[in-house]
Amino acid sequence: MLTKRIIPCLDIKDGRTVKGINFVDLRDAGDPVALAAAYASQGADELVFLDISATEENRKTLAQLVRRVAERIDIPFTVGGGISSVADVDLLLHNGADKVSVNSAAVRNPGLIDDLVAKFGSQCIVVALDARRVGGEWKIHLVGGKVPTEVELFTWAREVADRGAGELLFTSMEHDGTKGGFANEALKTLAGQVSIPVIASGGAGTMAHFADAFLLGEADAALAASVFHFNEIPIPELKEYLKDRGIPVRI
Amino acid sequence: MDLVIINYGAGNIQSIRFAFERLGFSPELSADPDRISRADKIIFPGVGEASSAMAKLKQSGLDRLIPELKQPVLGICLGMQLMCRRSEEGGTPGLGIFDVDVVRFTGVPKVPQIGWNSIRNLASPLFQGVGEDEYIYLVHSYFAPLGAQTIATSEYGGPYSAALAEGNFFGVQFHPEKSGKTGARILKNFLEI
Repeated sequence: MLTKRIIPCLDIKDGRTVKGINFVDLRDAGDPVALAAAYASQGADELVFLDISATEENRKTLAQLVRRVAERIDIPFTVGGGISSVADVDLLLHNGADKVSVNSAAVRNPGLIDDLVAKFGSQCIVVALDARRVGGEWKIHLVGGKVPTEVELFTWAREVADRGAGELLFTSMEHDGTKGGFANEALKTLAGQVSIPVIASGGAGTMAHFADAFLLGEADAALAASVFHFNEIPIPELKEYLKDRGIPVRI
Repeated sequence: MDLVIINYGAGNIQSIRFAFERLGFSPELSADPDRISRADKIIFPGVGEASSAMAKLKQSGLDRLIPELKQPVLGICLGMQLMCRRSEEGGTPGLGIFDVDVVRFTGVPKVPQIGWNSIRNLASPLFQGVGEDEYIYLVHSYFAPLGAQTIATSEYGGPYSAALAEGNFFGVQFHPEKSGKTGARILKNFLEI
């Protein structure tokens, strides 16, 4: 049976992990490769690396990091942050990334999705949707959720899927960082609108929140950062918890 | 061990190379039919769209070479699908090594299938030391139905072939290079066949 995926997200700046990371038994929590290996051995199903310092100069540093991760890690990983061209994606995939996540550039130039899918295939193209409600309607936001657009979340999600994206990574900017649970209602609507997998992001605080994202939000995967980095929710415990609630997970 | 990964421009093959390096082997990447013919073991990878990948094989004459190979060959993901009779994706003929037609998933809520699924009915030395219902990682929209050459099954809206074998030819729908310890064991088993 296909299982629900648990995905830790690592924020990367200049080739190092940022945000306070307090991971048990890890000498250098700033080393993304060591952290990734620790998560893989804990049972994480995938990893996401988000380059928050994405600039032209940093592209090479990121590519080198991707290569080191790919050499060491035997589970799939996605790289995102500032990807705006076929050449950006080519560099990351060539260095061993399994998937890339595009965000703002796709909103500005939707044809980029078609170009990426034609060149690399749907299976490695994840489109990130950052949204919050404006006057009761979910609107896409850019630049880490700071810049609002007029683009409506569900309309955009359908277009992204039609253009051939392989997966959606939906982050509710309202829920992100609150630890109050995922945006389950919006997730459920999203799941009903597209026939590609949806990754839930933003709001994880307890193990019950993950169960809700799968059972109420009908998400295919759930992504979180700080609850894993600070070991507030150990992945093996989380998976046992989900399994006890009848949610298929890889243990 | 002279191990060659066929490099015909259909997708990312670094991960496969790294997986073998983690096992202590140094595979060579090549699209040269002479070089491939001399290898002890051959990996036939592939991601992307079937008909364009098939066109690339034809350009380099690999479509004629691969079915003639006598050494162990392991097709991975699209590589496995191209070893079948034909694929519904792009309506392309395949290499005809496995007597099965690749078709698209229907009647399932999500296509592609992305994630970890379990394999069972393991019937090949390829799965030596791998338990029934261990998990492997897959990303695919098309699948090979069950047939006489099925050596492992998985379920997504119904049973399908997770792996196929015929003589010296092996194919896996999943990505052993991304399937943790289980995947590493399967790659190691292939090298020991």
